[in-house]
Amino acid sequence: MDGAISETRKTRSNLEGVLAQGHFAVTAELGPPKSHDMAQVREKIELLKGHVDAANITDNQTGIVRLSSIAAGIAMVQEGLEPVIQMTCRDRNRLAMQSDLLGAAGHGITNVLCLSGDHQSFGNHQGAKNVHDIDSMQLLRMIKDMRDENHFQCGEEIPGGGPRLFIGAAANPFADPVDLRHFRLAKKIAAGADFVQTQLIFDMPLFHDYMKRVVDMGLHERVAILAGVGPLKSAGMARYMRDRVPGMTVADEYIERMAGAVADIAKEDKPARQEAWRAEGIRICVEQIEQVREIEGVAGVHIMAIEWEAVVGPIVEAAGLEPRPVL
Amino acid sequence: MIVAEQKPLAAITSMMEGCRKVLAVGCGTCVTVCFAGSAREVGILASSLRMASRVDGEPLAVEETTVQRQCEDEYLEPLAEGLDDYDAILSLGCGIGVQSLADRYPDKRVLPALNTTFMGRPTEQGVWEERCQACGSCVLDKTAGICPVTRCAKSLFNGPCGGTQDGKCEVDPSIPCAWQMIWERSAKLGLMDRLMEVEPVKDWSTSRDGGLRRIVRDDLRMPDAEGE
Repeated sequence: MDGAISETRKTRSNLEGVLAQGHFAVTAELGPPKSHDMAQVREKIELLKGHVDAANITDNQTGIVRLSSIAAGIAMVQEGLEPVIQMTCRDRNRLAMQSDLLGAAGHGITNVLCLSGDHQSFGNHQGAKNVHDIDSMQLLRMIKDMRDENHFQCGEEIPGGGPRLFIGAAANPFADPVDLRHFRLAKKIAAGADFVQTQLIFDMPLFHDYMKRVVDMGLHERVAILAGVGPLKSAGMARYMRDRVPGMTVADEYIERMAGAVADIAKEDKPARQEAWRAEGIRICVEQIEQVREIEGVAGVHIMAIEWEAVVGPIVEAAGLEPRPVL
Repeated sequence: MIVAEQKPLAAITSMMEGCRKVLAVGCGTCVTVCFAGSAREVGILASSLRMASRVDGEPLAVEETTVQRQCEDEYLEPLAEGLDDYDAILSLGCGIGVQSLADRYPDKRVLPALNTTFMGRPTEQGVWEERCQACGSCVLDKTAGICPVTRCAKSLFNGPCGGTQDGKCEVDPSIPCAWQMIWERSAKLGLMDRLMEVEPVKDWSTSRDGGLRRIVRDDLRMPDAEGE
């Protein structure tokens, strides 16, 4: 197709190359707008460009309709920021998925992250029919078969060969049953995952336990694990994530630190409180990156700064991860 | 069993607009067991409709009857007599009962008084829960007797998803996570190896997705029907 891929590389993905060369990888998240305003996408691209090896584009995250992940990904390819398109099993059946994957690859997209998808009851179309024709595990397998076996899910050959996609999966070390989560990662690797991005880590001891099990099974040698981090914006956000976001745990330590950051600032002084919170959120995030770098088996970080893409560059820089390798 | 529940009275009265005389028909099978369409519920609904019609100033005559099974023609035959007098049949059967009546009496309006909700079972007094979606290709042997198609909100075949918390589903903390139950029960039964395999993509053609489903059993058909 477009240019040769080295023998040890599966794709032309920059993220794959960075990981293959042993660099500590950095990815981030780009949230597309709830409109067709591509200018907003391009603004966010500019904020992330040069600071990360690739950036995920969410796919109707939390069941809320947003500009298409693949459409935003095409703009990223054009602007020189490598996209990781997220694809959920909630909104598409196997026909639509494969069709979209062909289209994405045709536009130069080289990474895909396979997700079940948040349930539509969290979103803004609660009466929607969810699809779930296949699940995230089966999606990984399907894309791997398309790439490595050059056939569609039905078994028919893909003319000219399958799309060369670097295949990602999500892992949540903090959801129940926590004692069995590493087995699920093993399954995702068996299904075809090349890299994994974890849920936001706000319980470092639990993440340590998870990684120990992962390393004991040797899973870190078969998949690149990117630890999920992200700056908190306020104490309220930390509490919300602890109490309301399914499958998330937030240790009291972080809530106390965020609350402590504004202890000496009057409640009425909202701008000062916001500034203090954000500064503390960034500090915690940078510390967390330093902590996960020390954990055996962690190959990179995935920074989820939700609707705060501007902070990614400063965090990456403060964590000593700039400049990013140019392959 | 098939589990159903009665529609709100206002929904039933609005669908009966223009009717002066209706026949309310209960069903003595599933919907009787789940207290939605037995002779008792027919009686209560009929009284409510009569009262509501008097309040509205448009008197409505509601006669009551309950058949053993609305889904079988032989039990619907006795309704033929006197049916001309009615503007509509109000079925307190499941969706199958309603359509059986419509098939048998093609010239009569048939209205549903119930919403057919699911195939399930009573889990405690006054509580019913879904158990089967009739996907047409049972996988319960692989999932420790717990149906992922029905009991997982995302019908995952390789669960659980990342939304499980305290063993509950992300959709509703009162719903147990089907996949946590599958893992725990498999561990108890020594069947964990099965869960380590990636369950391949399901063939949904045996489900509703394959179009109207029909079973033909030649061994059970009448001799004159086989040549059709």
